[in-house]
Amino acid sequence: MTTLIYLIPVALFLGALGLTGFLWALRSGQYEDLDGAAARILIDRDDKQNDIRRSRK
Amino acid sequence: MSCCAPGAEMALDLDGATSALPSSQEIRLASRSLGDDLHQTDLSVPTVHCAACIQTIETAIGKLGHVEGARVNLSTKRVSVRWRGDEVPAFVATLGRLGYEAHLFDPEPDGKDKTLSELIRAVAVAGFAAGNIMLLSVSVWSGAEGATRDLFHWVSALIAIPALAFAGGIYFRSASNALRHGRMNMDVPIAVGVSLAYAMSLYETITHGEHAYFDASVSLLFFLLIGRTLDHVMRERARTAVNGLAQLAARGAMVLRGDDTRDYLPVGEIEPGMQLLIAAGERIPVDGNILSGISDLDCSLVSGESAPRTVGSGAQVQAGTLNLTGSLTMQATAAAKDSFLAEMVRLMDAAEGGRSQYRRIADRVSALYAPVVHLAALLTFLSWMVASGDWHLAMTIAIAVLIITCPCALGLAVPIVQVVAARRLFEAGVMVKDGSAMERLAAIDTAVFDKTGTLTLGQPRLVNASSIDPTMLAIAADMAAHSRHPFSKAIAVFAGFSGQPRLESVSEHPGYGIEAVTEGNTWRLGRRGWAGWKARTGGEGKSGGFGGTVLSKNGAIVAAFAFEDAARADAKAALGALQNGGVAVEMLSGDTANACGQVAKALGIDSFVPALLPSGKVERIEALSRQGHKVLMVGDGLNDTPALGAAHVSMAPATAADVGRNAADFVFLRESLLAVPLALDVSRKAGRLIRQNIAIAIVYNAFAVPIAISGHVTPLLAAVAMSASSLIVIGNALRLQGSARSSSAEFAWQDRRARPGMLVQLS
Repeated sequence: MTTLIYLIPVALFLGALGLTGFLWALRSGQYEDLDGAAARILIDRDDKQNDIRRSRK
Repeated sequence: MSCCAPGAEMALDLDGATSALPSSQEIRLASRSLGDDLHQTDLSVPTVHCAACIQTIETAIGKLGHVEGARVNLSTKRVSVRWRGDEVPAFVATLGRLGYEAHLFDPEPDGKDKTLSELIRAVAVAGFAAGNIMLLSVSVWSGAEGATRDLFHWVSALIAIPALAFAGGIYFRSASNALRHGRMNMDVPIAVGVSLAYAMSLYETITHGEHAYFDASVSLLFFLLIGRTLDHVMRERARTAVNGLAQLAARGAMVLRGDDTRDYLPVGEIEPGMQLLIAAGERIPVDGNILSGISDLDCSLVSGESAPRTVGSGAQVQAGTLNLTGSLTMQATAAAKDSFLAEMVRLMDAAEGGRSQYRRIADRVSALYAPVVHLAALLTFLSWMVASGDWHLAMTIAIAVLIITCPCALGLAVPIVQVVAARRLFEAGVMVKDGSAMERLAAIDTAVFDKTGTLTLGQPRLVNASSIDPTMLAIAADMAAHSRHPFSKAIAVFAGFSGQPRLESVSEHPGYGIEAVTEGNTWRLGRRGWAGWKARTGGEGKSGGFGGTVLSKNGAIVAAFAFEDAARADAKAALGALQNGGVAVEMLSGDTANACGQVAKALGIDSFVPALLPSGKVERIEALSRQGHKVLMVGDGLNDTPALGAAHVSMAPATAADVGRNAADFVFLRESLLAVPLALDVSRKAGRLIRQNIAIAIVYNAFAVPIAISGHVTPLLAAVAMSASSLIVIGNALRLQGSARSSSAEFAWQDRRARPGMLVQLS
């Protein structure tokens, strides 16, 4: 019984962490262009300009 | 990695549907201001589809002056460009040079889809709650007792509250909305079941009871929300795809002021009496009279006539027609809100018949289902009350009945099938606007087609190329390349023979044709009377089809061209498939009886009505509906729009006028007309699966309800039964995907077989 006192909050906390992580990702627009994200991994990022623009966004 | 841009696997294979690039004034009108002198323009670029495309576009546009940045969205096939200053950077032209055709579309009011993010957030919260509560419930089922069980119940109750408030809110709002209007929908029994289950479980928890249904109420919400979210995503995807098509209405026009200044005004600000300048390639924005200039107008989208009309000063023109060859000055006689286009929209609103009365299968079922279930629960409560006298026991069992009958499977039965079907159609290039469209399509017994632009492409095709001297044809093709008249485009296709003399000067005479000079000879391509000024009798060639278009050398006719309206790919095969499927086919057109007769004969259509006004089409469809027919209308023109609204269900090709595309339930993006029988086939299969799913859900209830009424349901049993029925329903829906695979192979085979007959000869 005593173990439950801290195990349940820990479990809930970890679950809530995952939930907030998902909601944050949703809010920051990471699900807006799933196909694009898959394709962009193939682009060589040697041009610095592209990086700057992205970080500013 | 080379860029594989145009043509490789285009989702939208529309070629040459749009003519002129949007002017910079038009781009400015369509862009949205982000404040601080910063503007954002969203472009739809249907051909972007790989990493190389993204990089090419982003670097090329990023290098332009005044451009802050460009971002490609590959999922929605859009490019958003942010730019500064007054001058619009030439990004559309840049995209064109790279080989990407870009369309402007109106910026969405708030930019993002609120409903979707609310639904996804609700799914996330419900999923989190369902997972954790199920974890606690499993330990209760496996033997937690006393204080531990109470603790678990309390924790579950706490987790369930936000889930119910946030995720359940969607259902509570919808249910209360339906009840307030005296209607019944599937959300009513869901809302009642979920809230009663929670209330009873809370009471159980407070009184240290054994059975709590927190897991049932939350996981029910979770399952149903998944179905609802998928449904929304599907409709949103279709809407985005349709929005991304080229806009065919004028966005604005160049207004000529009295003091010789020019202003580019949006259509809504054009008033009667203003003088407008219409360049070749632009659409006429409002109704008006021509003041000066001669040109050919493409009226196919407006009146259904396939041959272009020559207009000169004094002629009346209707909003929506496309100015092909010369520039015109016109005087507006009506504001946009009183123009032909607006008139069509009003007719359409007035005609809105079949679909507003249609009640969806799910709503019809729930109108029967909910009262039966609630009555059963009430009777259970009363009889246990009488039998045992223990109101707590009677209440517990009655609520268990409600939970077990809560239409989880029923709520999923319809949307899941429709999502799978819509996905299947999406892959075939058919966009479905909403689920009820498929239910309505499955019921049709009559299909009514428009002629120009639907059964035919609305573009002429040269039919006697083989009988024309190749040298003459090559000269004509060279000349034709200088014009955007549809006949010229049809001739220009035959360019490529290299033995012809070089053209020295080419000039276009709007309304007549093209004149060119080579080594002292004067060539004319155009109307017989104008080009062949020396040969008034002109006996060469037959003047059938679109009539006398000839090529002349120094006034003597050397070649005559015959045109016909090319039938849409697979039109005959598609109509045959519909007739095999037990659907009567009819053709309604605004074109002449002669032109309609030829098309009808070539395509094997028995009944057609020519020379109809837009209201005539509506009347014909209403007459058919009164006879008890369920009518599918397929049309593309502005003049079809009211008919699209009047029909039980409607379809439009991607080349249709904007209002028509928005009014239609289905929009097909590929050229082939086989999209129509395919949509019908998938809709009918979906309809069958929906009925099967509903039957499964009812059979499940027939077994589960007696167990519940006899008081033998435990939370564990409820959870197992509910999940099992949902899984069966989903599994059944996925069968459509499997059967669709085989039927799509069948269609591909038919496609290939029909290919040689693609350009059906119409004469």
